[in-house]
Amino acid sequence: MKALVCVKRVLDYNIKARVKSDESGIDLSNVKMSINPFDEIAVEEAVRLKEAGTINEIVIAAIGEPSSQEVIRASLALGGDRGVLVQTSDEIQPLAAAKIFKALVDKESPDLVFLGKQAIDDDCNQTGQMLASLLNWSQGTFASKIEVTSKAATVTREIDGGLETISCTLPTVLTTDLRLNTPRYPKLPNIMKAKQKPLETLTVDDLGVEVKASQRTLKVCEPPVRKGGQKVKDVQELINCLRNDAKVI
Amino acid sequence: MSILILAEHNNVAITPATLSTITAALQIESQDLHLCVLGSACEAVAKNACDVQGVAKVLIGTEAALEHPLAETYTEVLKSIAKNYTHILAPATTFGKNILPRLAAQLDVGQLSDIISVESPTTFKRPIYAGNGIATVESTDPIKLMTVRATAFDKAADNGGNAALETLTIPTLPTLSSFVSVQENKSDRPELTAARVVISGGRGLQNGENFKMLEALADHLGGAIGASRAAVDAGYVPNDYQVGQTGKVVAPDLYIAIGISGAIQHLAGMKDSKIIVAINNDEDAPIFQIADYGLVGDLFEVLPELTKSLANAKQSA
Repeated sequence: MKALVCVKRVLDYNIKARVKSDESGIDLSNVKMSINPFDEIAVEEAVRLKEAGTINEIVIAAIGEPSSQEVIRASLALGGDRGVLVQTSDEIQPLAAAKIFKALVDKESPDLVFLGKQAIDDDCNQTGQMLASLLNWSQGTFASKIEVTSKAATVTREIDGGLETISCTLPTVLTTDLRLNTPRYPKLPNIMKAKQKPLETLTVDDLGVEVKASQRTLKVCEPPVRKGGQKVKDVQELINCLRNDAKVI
Repeated sequence: MSILILAEHNNVAITPATLSTITAALQIESQDLHLCVLGSACEAVAKNACDVQGVAKVLIGTEAALEHPLAETYTEVLKSIAKNYTHILAPATTFGKNILPRLAAQLDVGQLSDIISVESPTTFKRPIYAGNGIATVESTDPIKLMTVRATAFDKAADNGGNAALETLTIPTLPTLSSFVSVQENKSDRPELTAARVVISGGRGLQNGENFKMLEALADHLGGAIGASRAAVDAGYVPNDYQVGQTGKVVAPDLYIAIGISGAIQHLAGMKDSKIIVAINNDEDAPIFQIADYGLVGDLFEVLPELTKSLANAKQSA
């Protein structure tokens, strides 16, 4: 079986996003960028399935500037076999991303496509579902457990009330939640080896995809600032404050 | 302008998050709001939904294959009626987030996730970067699809309405995926996202057994119990307790964070609470920067004392 894993380069999850003073967006100059954490979990899951003998080839795909090669190389160091960068400097909204990945799926014919359930920059949580939709494939979203047979993937999904298990006919698109696995740390020899693995660069035109943006961000503001309040010295003072000042108990 | 809302329900009633979605829809346009109720035995839900204020029509679709909300089948039904609407909304729960993007791609339109404000019928606000930025976004799509963050809108009144009930013709449904089982975490406590008081625990609780200490406090305050990602990952409590950027978003009147340091991802899920209390032994914990009342101390001493004081106060009252 062949797997395609879609990854995105985003602001590192440990770094607090700062709104630009002209309110045009988030300031991404001179900040650490990393692979979207959910996508790293997607890569790890594909690698584990390869180690288990279920998958024999893992293709890593990303969309973006040449700098996105970093997150492809990082994924190859975890165990991906080769990479594809669809290079563009345009803003790619989820529907456009799904169309680009669909063109890659048509080209590569994978049995399984893995994506993180959401990117931690735009917090959209859409691309996997849209890709499954365009392909007319089944979808298993927010997965916390995946078992693959030759015909189907049994997926346990994190839902609001607990856990739901569904069976997705192959080929399928799976999106990963936090508790699916804990990604390994790449070993130094694997990081070196990843530099030698094939990484193809394509353009959106090469794939024959029309990228359109139907949404326009007019501005990005700071959220209302929540001021820290006071420290209380003991439980009694806390109860007094909650009862008499805040009036919530 | 007609608006369609995909209702989430539990075969008894539509969820509070759906009632909040209705309020958001009424802010876009209040004349012709339709609520779509899908399921296998949801006649009672649909009938009750006719009482919700502001809803003009309830569309009911029943079929055995719709018993569980699979994205593939629900999308097929919605697609067959989508062209009648200018906006299609769903609550930003795991239910809505799973289905609506699939529908959007079928209609070749984008989707706005987690809207928190309606600025105009084409312009909306939504949080990005774990709520560290609030984006104002304009959509030019012919049909605007969006999921609605329930905590940002009041719940529509579930009585006093008088909607018409109409039965949908169900198209041939795909069989791409099938339901296997569900493991629901049953609790007598209020639902986390709807509770007036939320008591959350973090890694500071040290193990699942200690989480029981939160229950006694929650009992006195009529609260729900939540958790940080660290506590869920460590296996102290199930996944559906998680409050944060990728878990549940809550905005109760009172949020008590116990043994939670306050990572930005956690703050994203609770910082719109009216009053935040933090109890932590590390006086430099980031949670104190946003807490209305901070108590630096050992939670294993503070928590029993707090529970006991509240119990005593109740007796003397």
